[in-house]
Amino acid sequence: MEKNLHIQDDELQLLLNDVMQKYGYDFLGYSEASMKRRIDRLVSIDRFPSFAEFRHHLLSNEAYLQRFVEEITVNVTEMFRDPSFYRVLRKQVLPVLATHPFVRIWHAGCSTGEEVYSMAILLEEANLLHKSLLYATDINPGVLQKLQSGIFPIAQMRQYSENYIESGGTGDFSKYYTAKYNLAKFNESLNSKMIVSTHNLVSDRSFNEFQLIFCRNVLIYFDKPLQDKVLGLFDESLETLGFLALGAKEHLTFSPIGKNYQPVNGREKIWRKMY
Amino acid sequence: MAENVLITAKRVVAIGGSAGSLDVIIRLLPGLDKQLGYAVIIVIHRRSQQDSLLGNILGTKTDWVVKEAEEKEPVIPGYVYLVPSDYHLLVEKDHTLSLDDSEKVNYSRPSIDVTFESAAETYRENLTAVLLSGANADGAAGMQRTKELGGICIVQNPLSAEVSYMPEQAIRQVAVDHIVDAEQLGKFINDLLKNG
Ligand SMILES: C[S@@+](CC[C@H](N)C(=O)[O-])C[C@H]1O[C@@H](n2cnc3c(N)ncnc32)[C@H](O)[C@@H]1O
Repeated sequence: MEKNLHIQDDELQLLLNDVMQKYGYDFLGYSEASMKRRIDRLVSIDRFPSFAEFRHHLLSNEAYLQRFVEEITVNVTEMFRDPSFYRVLRKQVLPVLATHPFVRIWHAGCSTGEEVYSMAILLEEANLLHKSLLYATDINPGVLQKLQSGIFPIAQMRQYSENYIESGGTGDFSKYYTAKYNLAKFNESLNSKMIVSTHNLVSDRSFNEFQLIFCRNVLIYFDKPLQDKVLGLFDESLETLGFLALGAKEHLTFSPIGKNYQPVNGREKIWRKMY
Repeated sequence: MAENVLITAKRVVAIGGSAGSLDVIIRLLPGLDKQLGYAVIIVIHRRSQQDSLLGNILGTKTDWVVKEAEEKEPVIPGYVYLVPSDYHLLVEKDHTLSLDDSEKVNYSRPSIDVTFESAAETYRENLTAVLLSGANADGAAGMQRTKELGGICIVQNPLSAEVSYMPEQAIRQVAVDHIVDAEQLGKFINDLLKNG
């Protein structure tokens, strides 16, 4: 069986410390087991013979840093991911947002933006998009470029269309994009309301106040102390009675901010800030 | 906080399976001796809708606490953790569980390899990895890593498997420790952990 390299605990600490010192990217609070896999994977794809060489290359080639950040973060996403979650947004959250003169939403860790386009479609269908702004941020500049282009593989549209219908969508999903070759380009009207910027949840601060914050499938990559810190950042950035939406397996149960939040619905991971 | 005072498991039995493995697990689990003080982690390929169903089926058949694995929860003896669909499950050095939605491995998420490999890193000689019936090669690399780090590898006898491909691949690629018939598995694991 082919032998893969497996990074050791001390090598991992050394590498992440170096990246922090040299480039200011702090990955020290990420869950270790997953981080190790990402690094083993990158070392194997880019065919480094050893960790020493990998580390040396990373620290002496600033150009490689972007690839490092892109590859060790997980960017998997889809439109209307967990359709029942979007159904609850439609039914229980949008009616509340509708009462505001302006709607500000933050998608933290939005990856290539499928989540942001899904939300824009929801807002459009509730006739709220014209008075909304969707702030789309991620640590990773590469994924944000894709988001801005609004272009996704056409092969995925079938699945997305099914998700859309399952999420309570009643329109024709294909009216939101134009198909060209094997690509689907989403309508400009959807991304005209998006404000796109890099933002590192570990080191950057709160930059506005929102009525709804999405941070889905990002906290699972953080250890407990970092999760609590980032949840604190969201708490600071959320209006009272605003909503916080997490991924299907994430929760507020043991976090310090949890006591001030109430679940909107038994099953879906959406909380309302009560105090 | 309550979670800090719990004593986490010192030993883990990780069970992986795909097509044809559910029956084996349902029959094996009630026989496992809860007094031996280990935890069980089960990775089984299946459709997302079947999550709660699986927990319910297994939970009624045993005195073990059967639950879906949750993000950053500690691994406790006497508990059976089911890996949720659509996420990989990893075991951290501090004996807590992490979920991860990275790319599929061997066309699978959850992947047996991902869980076995990280459980091996953490539990080393205190991991027993058990690979059951299935139609894909997931699990073999995880068995390999388990061996390298001193754990014990048990494979369901392919002759007793509904789909023999998965156990066969592991046997071909890895010097597994034991090949055991489906009906004997529960007793075999008990004996092994009693003496180990
Ligand atoms: C699995 S994706 C989740 C995408 C989307 N929210 C969803 O649930 O489908 C995780 C995203 O978090 C981003 N991320 C990881 N660490 C981050 C950090 N420190 N600050 C901001 N974004 C981060 C990654 O770049 C990646 O795009």
